Amino acid sequence: MEVLFRNVRDLVERAENENKLISEIMIEQEMIVSERTREEIMEQMYRNLEVMEAAIERGLKGVQSVTGLTGGDAVLIQAYMKTGKSLSGDLLLDAVSKAVATNEVNAAMGTICATPTAGSAGVVPGALFAVKNKLNPTKDEMVRFLFTAGAFGQVVANNAMISGAAGGCQAEVGSAAAMAAAAITEMAGGSPQQSAHAFSISLKNMLGLVCDPVAGLVEVPCVKRNAMGAANSLVSADMALAGVESRIPTDEVIDAMYRIGQTMPVALRETAQGGLAATPTGKWLEKRIFGGAVANRG
Amino acid sequence: MKFTSVFDIIGPVMIGPSSSHTAGAARIGRVARDLFGKQPTWAKIHLYGSFAETYKGHGTDVAIVGGLLDYDTYDERIKTSFKDAERLGLTFEFIPETGSVEHPNTARIVIGDDESELSMVGISIGGGAIEITELNGFPLRMSGGMAAILVVHNDRAGVVANVAVCLANHSINIGHMEVSRKERGNMALMVIEVDQNIAPTILEEIELLPNITKVTRIKN
Repeated sequence: MEVLFRNVRDLVERAENENKLISEIMIEQEMIVSERTREEIMEQMYRNLEVMEAAIERGLKGVQSVTGLTGGDAVLIQAYMKTGKSLSGDLLLDAVSKAVATNEVNAAMGTICATPTAGSAGVVPGALFAVKNKLNPTKDEMVRFLFTAGAFGQVVANNAMISGAAGGCQAEVGSAAAMAAAAITEMAGGSPQQSAHAFSISLKNMLGLVCDPVAGLVEVPCVKRNAMGAANSLVSADMALAGVESRIPTDEVIDAMYRIGQTMPVALRETAQGGLAATPTGKWLEKRIFGGAVANRG
Repeated sequence: MKFTSVFDIIGPVMIGPSSSHTAGAARIGRVARDLFGKQPTWAKIHLYGSFAETYKGHGTDVAIVGGLLDYDTYDERIKTSFKDAERLGLTFEFIPETGSVEHPNTARIVIGDDESELSMVGISIGGGAIEITELNGFPLRMSGGMAAILVVHNDRAGVVANVAVCLANHSINIGHMEVSRKERGNMALMVIEVDQNIAPTILEEIELLPNITKVTRIKN
């Protein structure tokens, strides 16, 4: 099987040499791997896009998780935006609210599309459906956004890790934010190299983020980490589009994430034994939910 | 490369909240249902490790019952699977176990009806991926993600070769294969993972071969 890229350097070089978008390289790679037509692949990704949009709409109407730990914050943020008093800007807050909406739906056992995981499923859709209102992309361009995000995500998954149990939250929300930053950059007209810079800037600012879910559930602090992942992706994309470059090449940033993940204590890798999970309130919440059982879960 | 498809990264579509505790649990239930070949009327579900301790918070229970009702990872009916089970005549019981197991997310599912029963152990290994590690007392290792056939047969020379030849005649490629038995010369089990779904007529053909007791398949 022909592999078109194994790292970000290959990916950017191929896109620039062939004068193609990164999304195009990913689509071509998927056609090789799956032996399916372009139409079939585009259609499958479009269905994922529809799932993301439906999750956002549902979350913005207000949902509650089974435990009651999360839900309703997306509604609060949208209502606050309508007051016109927001400080960080409507597009940024829109992305934040939509990321929160998606993860609130996830916590409430709604349908989501894992990107790259269920716990980090809000970042990419949150960013996409916020920039949509500014850039007015076509349906094709929205689907391409997901392929670009997927191309970078695939490099991270193969060369580092994308699960909190393996590498902490930097591997989940960190990867998701960086994937979104690269995709926003392409959609806004940035070059493949600028997408790579956006990715690096984003991931560099997520390095070291631990996975410390209260009671081991995908709720606290996961929902709010998705919010900040979405915000991070937008600011990183804007910086790259402004011409700011990452001094450390993208593949080295991914490698740094990998090494940090490997040396991260187990207590901070999705075991609910350290960090916020181990705070007095975190422990109290766990006791309230599970009646004192202490466990390790993913 | 572990991750070859873009849909490993942007996907799967699933019911939250956890790829391992919800999507993986639903898949384990669905494989059990698939292997049983019909809807069971009763189920005893033993949960171990993290599954035992957090199954309520993660919806692991409704996901497994949903899987037993043939719901996929993205089926919204997972949430109401308990009520659906009652309506469809499936009674079930969850038994959290305290014993230690090799993998933190392990479920032993025993299902049946008036005629037969089946016992299966599944583990959820992350990101929604699962493995089946035991079937009716036979140890095995099978991922739920590939099409597969399971052949119960007498432990005799030539049986494995006959099945392989039959598949080869239909141009079916074997991706992974395992044979296990409880004791020599007695009952044995072949697990054959293949690249495509196998037509029911081929299953019938295999069933007619000498020393074959039963053939079941898992669709991709």
